[in-house]
Amino acid sequence: MARKYTTIDGNEAAAYVAYRTNEVIAIYPITPSSPMGELSDEWASKGIPNIWGTIPTVRELQSEAGAAGAVHGSLQTGALTTTFTSSQGLLLMIPNMFKIAGELTSTVFHIAARTVATHALSIFGDHSDVMACRSTGWAMLFSNNPQEVMDLALIAQAATLEGRVPIMHIFDGFRTTHEVQKIEQLTEDDMRAMIDDDLVRAHRQRALTPDRPVIRGTAQNPDAFFQGRERINPFYIAMPGIVQKAMDKFAGIVGRQYHLFDYVGAPDAEYVIVMMGSGCGTAEETVQALLEKGEKVGLLKVRLFRPFSREHFLNALPTTVKAIAVLDRTKEPGALGEPLYEDVMTAISEAMIHDTLPFERVPRVIGGRYGLSSKEFTPAMVKAVFDELGKDKPKNHFTVGIIDDVTHTSLDIDPTFNTESPDVVRAVFWGLGADGTVGANKNSIKIIGEETPNYAQGYFVYDSKKSGAVTVSHLRFGPRPILGTYLIQRANFVACHQFHFLERYNVLDMAEEGATFLLNSPYGPDEVWDHLPRSVQQQIIDKKLKFYVINAYDVAKRVGLGVRINTIMQTCFFALSNVIPREEAIEKIKEAIRKTYGRRGEAVVQQNFAAVDAALDNLYEVKVPAQATSTFDRPPVVPDHAPEFVKRVTAELMAGRGDLLPVSAFPVDGTYPVGTAAWEKRNIALEVPVWEPDLCIQCGKCVYICPHSVIRAKVYDKELVQNAPPTFKYTPAKWRELPDKLYTIQVAVEDCTGCQLCVEVCPAKDKSDSSRKALNMAPQIPLRDTERANWEFFLSLPDVPRHDSLRFNNIKNLQLLQPLFEFSGACAGCGETPYVRLLTQLFGDRAIIANATGCSSIYGGNLPTTPYTTNREGRGPAWSNSLFEDTAEFGFGMRLAINQQNAYARKLLELLRPVIADDELVDGLLSADQSTEAGIHAQRERVALLKEKLAGKESDPKVRDLLAVADMLVKKSVWIIGGDGWAYDIGYGGLDHVLASGEDVNILVLDTEVYSNTGGQASKSTPLGAVARFAAGGKPTAKKDLGMMAMHYGNVYIAQVAMGANELQTLKAFLEAEAYPGPSIIIAYSHCIAHGIDMSKGHIQQKLAVDTGYWPLYRYNPLLAQQGENPFQLDSNGPTIPLKEYTSREGRYRILMQSNPEAAERLLQEAQEIIQERWRYYRMLAGKGTDGTK
Amino acid sequence: MDLSTTYMGLKLRNPLVASSSPLSHKVDSIRQLEEAGIGAVVMYSLFEEQINLESQQLDYFLTHGTESYAEALSYFPDLGEYNVGPDEYLNLIRKAKQAVDVPIIGSLNGVSAGGWVKYARMIEEAGADALELNVYYLPTDPDLPGTEVERMTVDVVKAVRSEVSIPLAVKIGPFFSSIPNIAKRLAEAGANALVLFNRFYQPDIDLENLTVTPHLVLSDSDEMRLPLRWTAILYGRVPVDLAITTGVHTYQDVLKGLMAGARVTMMTSELLQNGIGRIGQILQEMQSWMEEYEYSSVQQMIGSVSQKNVAEPAAFERANYMKVLDSYPRLI
Repeated sequence: MARKYTTIDGNEAAAYVAYRTNEVIAIYPITPSSPMGELSDEWASKGIPNIWGTIPTVRELQSEAGAAGAVHGSLQTGALTTTFTSSQGLLLMIPNMFKIAGELTSTVFHIAARTVATHALSIFGDHSDVMACRSTGWAMLFSNNPQEVMDLALIAQAATLEGRVPIMHIFDGFRTTHEVQKIEQLTEDDMRAMIDDDLVRAHRQRALTPDRPVIRGTAQNPDAFFQGRERINPFYIAMPGIVQKAMDKFAGIVGRQYHLFDYVGAPDAEYVIVMMGSGCGTAEETVQALLEKGEKVGLLKVRLFRPFSREHFLNALPTTVKAIAVLDRTKEPGALGEPLYEDVMTAISEAMIHDTLPFERVPRVIGGRYGLSSKEFTPAMVKAVFDELGKDKPKNHFTVGIIDDVTHTSLDIDPTFNTESPDVVRAVFWGLGADGTVGANKNSIKIIGEETPNYAQGYFVYDSKKSGAVTVSHLRFGPRPILGTYLIQRANFVACHQFHFLERYNVLDMAEEGATFLLNSPYGPDEVWDHLPRSVQQQIIDKKLKFYVINAYDVAKRVGLGVRINTIMQTCFFALSNVIPREEAIEKIKEAIRKTYGRRGEAVVQQNFAAVDAALDNLYEVKVPAQATSTFDRPPVVPDHAPEFVKRVTAELMAGRGDLLPVSAFPVDGTYPVGTAAWEKRNIALEVPVWEPDLCIQCGKCVYICPHSVIRAKVYDKELVQNAPPTFKYTPAKWRELPDKLYTIQVAVEDCTGCQLCVEVCPAKDKSDSSRKALNMAPQIPLRDTERANWEFFLSLPDVPRHDSLRFNNIKNLQLLQPLFEFSGACAGCGETPYVRLLTQLFGDRAIIANATGCSSIYGGNLPTTPYTTNREGRGPAWSNSLFEDTAEFGFGMRLAINQQNAYARKLLELLRPVIADDELVDGLLSADQSTEAGIHAQRERVALLKEKLAGKESDPKVRDLLAVADMLVKKSVWIIGGDGWAYDIGYGGLDHVLASGEDVNILVLDTEVYSNTGGQASKSTPLGAVARFAAGGKPTAKKDLGMMAMHYGNVYIAQVAMGANELQTLKAFLEAEAYPGPSIIIAYSHCIAHGIDMSKGHIQQKLAVDTGYWPLYRYNPLLAQQGENPFQLDSNGPTIPLKEYTSREGRYRILMQSNPEAAERLLQEAQEIIQERWRYYRMLAGKGTDGTK
Repeated sequence: MDLSTTYMGLKLRNPLVASSSPLSHKVDSIRQLEEAGIGAVVMYSLFEEQINLESQQLDYFLTHGTESYAEALSYFPDLGEYNVGPDEYLNLIRKAKQAVDVPIIGSLNGVSAGGWVKYARMIEEAGADALELNVYYLPTDPDLPGTEVERMTVDVVKAVRSEVSIPLAVKIGPFFSSIPNIAKRLAEAGANALVLFNRFYQPDIDLENLTVTPHLVLSDSDEMRLPLRWTAILYGRVPVDLAITTGVHTYQDVLKGLMAGARVTMMTSELLQNGIGRIGQILQEMQSWMEEYEYSSVQQMIGSVSQKNVAEPAAFERANYMKVLDSYPRLI
C-alpha cells in the first residue's frame, strides 16, 4: 500500500497509530490530549478496525486515575491497551504507572506534555508533567513534530512489546499536539510489519487467566522487596538497544531513520545544544542558518530520555565539542539542575571518572530553562544560547525567553535575529473565533498541503475568553519540510478579519517590508484610509505594504452566511497570495467546501460557493497615500485612573505584550487583585440592549438572567440625577418600601456580549407596537461614548443598603443588589454565570469560593483579568481553584479553617474580657444572631468596635492574635462551585464525603451535562440519547440522579433548579441552601454552547426541560423534617409536553436524529419512559401519590 | 360493488386516499393504512425550506463556538453522514413501495422554480407512483400583482413536469381570482390532477405574550364546501383529474366529493382524530349507502352532481345569501 501525504496535527498522528495498534483504550478528557481520545471514540463508533481487524473498545472513565486503573486491568488480562493524557491527568496515573512498570508490562501512553499547575494552572506545553514521572520506571520517548509523533508512536509500540518496559510517548502540548503539518502517513502494512505478533502473543501469555492462574501484585516484606525491585535491571539495560533496533527496523520499512540521540550540525562542532521536544525544530532551523555563516554549532536531539543510554549519548556528540548547553523545558525548584542537565552531567562525569570520555577535551556544560507553559522559543533565543556558550564565563542555570530582573538568570537576545526563509509563504490571520477564521485556515493548509508539492504548517493561537475570542493563525508554506516551531515573526501576508482589531492590537507589527495586508473593512477602498488609526497608516507607508480591503460581512450577509466570513477571506487569501494559480485555487476551495460541508446538506454548500464567487468581485486594492493623516490612534489599554497594578501588569497582558513583562512584575505566590475585568473594555457586542423607561415594569428579570452582569438596576434619591449626563435615563421607582425615588436600568455597553437574553426575557411590550419591548437591541458603536459616561455615572449612584427594610427574597428586589461577579469571559448567553452572579449578589460580601477546574475556573480566574470584584466596603468573594478532582475537599478545608479560627476568636474574647472591658460588646459578639443581613451588619459593626477597643493594646500577643482572627466572628459563606464533570465524575468521591460530613458548606453544581470546558465530553450527567464527545453514538445510559443520591443522607439540603424555568424557586433555593447549617447542594441546569442551541433562547430550553419533566424542580430541606413536615417539595408540574419538544431543539440530540434516526428514536422513547417513571417516584416522595403524570 | 376509481391513470381500489400527514412518516403506519383499506397514500411533504433550514441549522450547531477557545475547538464528534436533504424521505418511499401494494404518491412542497425541483426526479427514481406538488406563495408585497403569482405557479409546474414522467398532481390554494383559468393553465403546464385545496396553517395571536403563534386546527366537514363547489365547477371543464382534500370526514363527504366530480377524496383530520380504523367504517358505510341507493360503482357517480350535470347549474355559482333569499318566499 502506497503511503500518502496528509495534513494533520500531532494528536491525530498519535491517535492514528495508537488506535490501530491497540485493542482497549481507556480515556478521560484533559487538554491538550483530549482529541486523541475523541478521535478514538469516533473511529470506534464508525466501526474502524485495528490492524488485527477488531474494533478497539474505547471507554471513558471517571478520572485519569480511573483510566489508568482500567488500563492496568486490561493489560494484566492480556489486551493491548493504551491511554492518552496530560499534566494533572498524568499525575493521577502515577500510582498505576509504578505498578505497570514494576510488573514489566508492555504498553505505550501517549502524552501531550503540559504544565503542571503550581502558582497557577496552565493548559500549555512543557515537560513538568512527564518529568514528575521519571521515577515510575517508564521509558520516555520524545517526538518533536507531527511526523515524528506518528513514526515514534509505532516505534514505541514495537519496542515495548519486545522490551517489556512501558513507554511514555511524549510530544509537546499545543505546539505539537495542535500544530497541523503535512506529513507522510504510515500504512497499516507498515504497522503490521513493525508489530511482531509473536510478541503480542507473548504479552497475552503473560496475562492473568484462571486457565493457568498466577498471582501478581503481592505485598512483600523487607526480606524480598529490594531484590525483587533489582530483578528488573536487565530489562532496563536492554531497552535502549531494543528501541534503537525498532528505529532501525522502521528505517528499513519506511525510510526515515531515527536514533536514540540524533545529532544535526557541523561534524566538527564546538558548541552543541542538547534538548528534546518541539523546540528542537527551531533549534535545528537556527543551527542550519548558523552553519551557513560558517559557525561550528550543532544540536543533539534526545529521543529516548529514559532509560538514558550514556554510551549512545556520548557517541552521538562530535568529538570536537567544547561546550554544551542543556535545555530543559521544565523547572525543578531547589534542584542542582533540571532533569536533562543532570543526566547529561552525570553521563559526562561518569565517563570522565572512567576515562572513557570520547571528546578531544572535557566540555563545559551549562543548563538552562526555556519554553515553560508554551513560552515562545525562537531562533533568536537559540542564537543567544550559542552566544552564551562562546563566552568565557557563560551563565549556568540560565533562562531564555523571559526577562529575569530578580535573580538575573535570563540571557539577552537579539530580537532582530531571524532565520525565516524568503521562499516560504508566511501568513498571519487575525480573526474572531465566531468568524470561522481558523477553520478556513485549516482548510487552506489541507488544500496547499495535499494538492501541491508544498509543505505546510499551521499553528493557531487562541484566546482564553469564550466570547469575542480572538484567534491568530500562523501558516507557513514552503518547498521543504518546515522545521520552525515558533510563531511567525516576519509575515509576508497579514490578514485582519476584524476591523476593530486595529484599535486594540498591533496587527501589523509582524508584517515585513513589502508584505500584503488584507483587511475586512466596512469601508470601501476610497474611504478606508481615513478610518485607520494613525500608527496603522504609518506602518502601511513605512513597510510599503500592498493593501487590500473587502467588506466581507456585507458579502456574507448577502449570501446568507451571517457572520461567517471564513470562506470569503480564504478566497481573498488565495487570490492575493498566489500560492496556487487563482483559477485552480478557486476550484480547490470549492472542492474543499464540498468536502467540509457536503455532508451537512446542499444549501450550505451553495451558500459557500456563492461566497467564493462574490469574494473576488468585492476585493479591492487600496491606493496608499504618501502620508499618515489620521488624527486618532490606538487608545490606551486602560484609562489613567486604573490601579497601578492594572496599568503596569494587567494592561500589558491585555494588550498582548505579556511576554515583555519582566519577572519582577509578577506576584511571588500567584496572588492577584480582584475586580480587574472591569478594566478590560472589550467592546465585542455588535448590538446591545437599550432601555425604554416608559415601557419598563421594573420586574428585574433582565438583571436576573444577564450572564455577564452588564445590565444593572438602581433605586436612588431624586436629587442625585442633577449631575447626570444628558442621555442618562430614569423613571419613578415602583417600590412601596422606597417611595419618591428614581429607578434606572443601565447597560455596560462596552462589557456586553450582545447575547440578547435580557431582551428575550423582557415581558414588557409597547401596547401599540408589540415588537417594541422595554429592552431592544441596537447597534453598539453609536451608543458607545454616551453609554460609557452613563455607566460611569450609574456606578457612582449608591446601592440600596443590604441591611435595611428591603428583603431580597424576590426577583424585583434582588435586582438592586450589586453583583460581585461581572464581565467574565464566559460564552455569550452562558447558562452558568447567572447562578454565580446570583450567589455573589446574595452572599458575595462574605463568600469564600472553592472552584473546580473547568469553565467556571477559566472565566473566573484566567489571566489577565478576574470578574470577581468588591463592593464599596472592599468586601467580595475570595476565590481559589485547587484541582479538578478535590474541590469539595478544598472547600471543606476552608470551612474547617474558618470554624477553627472562629472558635479561637471566641476563646480569646472570653480570655480578653478584662482587656476589652465591654461585656455588652463581648456578649454581643458571642451570641450574635447572624441569620439576617441586619444581623450580619450588626456583627460587623461589633467587630469594628472590638478592633477599636483593642487598638493600642497590641503589646499583648493574645490581642494581636484576636485582631488576626476577629473577622472570623462574622459569618462566612463557603461555596464549592464546579461543573458536572467534577461533581458527577472526577470529584464525586470527595463530594460524597463532604456531603456526609455534616459541615456547613454550600455546593453549587453548574450542570451543563458535559465537560464543557474541554469541548463537551460526556459525563455521568450527560442525558440518555445526547451526542457528546466520548459518546459519539449517543449516550446509551441515563443521567445519574445526583440529587436523589445525596438525599439518602437525610441531613443534606438539596435543590434542583433551572433559573430560566422558575426564577423564584432558584432564588429560594440559594437562600435556603446558604441558611441551612449543614451541607447543601444546588444542582443548577445550565444551558451551554455544547448543547447545540441558540444561546439567546437558553431560558426557553430550561423551561422546556422542566415542562417535559426532564428536569423536575425540587427542594429537599432537612429542617422541614425536623418540624414534622415532608422535607421534599416538588416545585414543578409533571411532564406536560413530550420530551421530543425539548430534544428536537437541541443539536446534541438532533445530530443523532440526523445520523442514526433509529437509535435516536429508540433512545428518545427510553428517555421518555424514564421521565414518567421518575416522576411517579418523585410524586410519591412528595406525598402526592404516584399518579398525576400527564 | 365496484369501489375502484382511477386517479391520474393509477388504478385505485377505492377513492379514499390518505393525504399528506404524519401518518406517512413511517413504513409501519403506511402498512397499517393499507391494511385498513386505503386506496392510495400521499406521503408527507418534502419542504424546500425545511431541507435548506435543516442543512443550515446542522451547520450552525456543528460550527457555533468552534475554533475559538484552545481547550474546546469543537463540541461535537464528527458523526460522518447526516440525513439532511431528501435522503431520509427517499428511503422511506423506497421502503414503502416494498412494503405495500397501494399507490404511493410522493409530495413535494416548494415556492418557486429553483434547484429544488430536482427532488421531483429523485422522488420518481425512488419509486413513487405519482407526485403531488404543493405550490403555495403567500404574497405580502403590494407591488406584486396576482398575474405574477399565477405565472410563478405555472412555471413551477412546468419545471417539475420537465423533470418527471410519472403522473403529476398539483395542490393549490383557493386564493386565485379565477380558479378555472389557473386550473386550465396548470393542466396545460402538465398537471394530471388538481388537489383542492391546500389548507394553510393559520397564525394565531397569543394574548398573554402578544406574540404570533402557529396554530393547527383539524378540519371539519363544513370545510369541504369550498373544494366541493370548485370541484363541481371544474369537472369536465379542465382536462385534469380532481381530488378533494379538505373536510372529508364521513362517508357522506366522500360520496358528495365524488358526485361533485372528484376521482378521489383525501383524508387526514379524521384519521388523526379517530384512528385508521375509520377507513374501513367509511368504506363499509359508503358501500351500504350505494347498495341502498342501487349504485353499482364509484365510476358511475363521479361528476354526477357537478355543475355540468346538475339540474340547476347556477346553484354552484350563486353566493349563499342569494340562495337563502331565493328560498325565503317559498318558506312563507
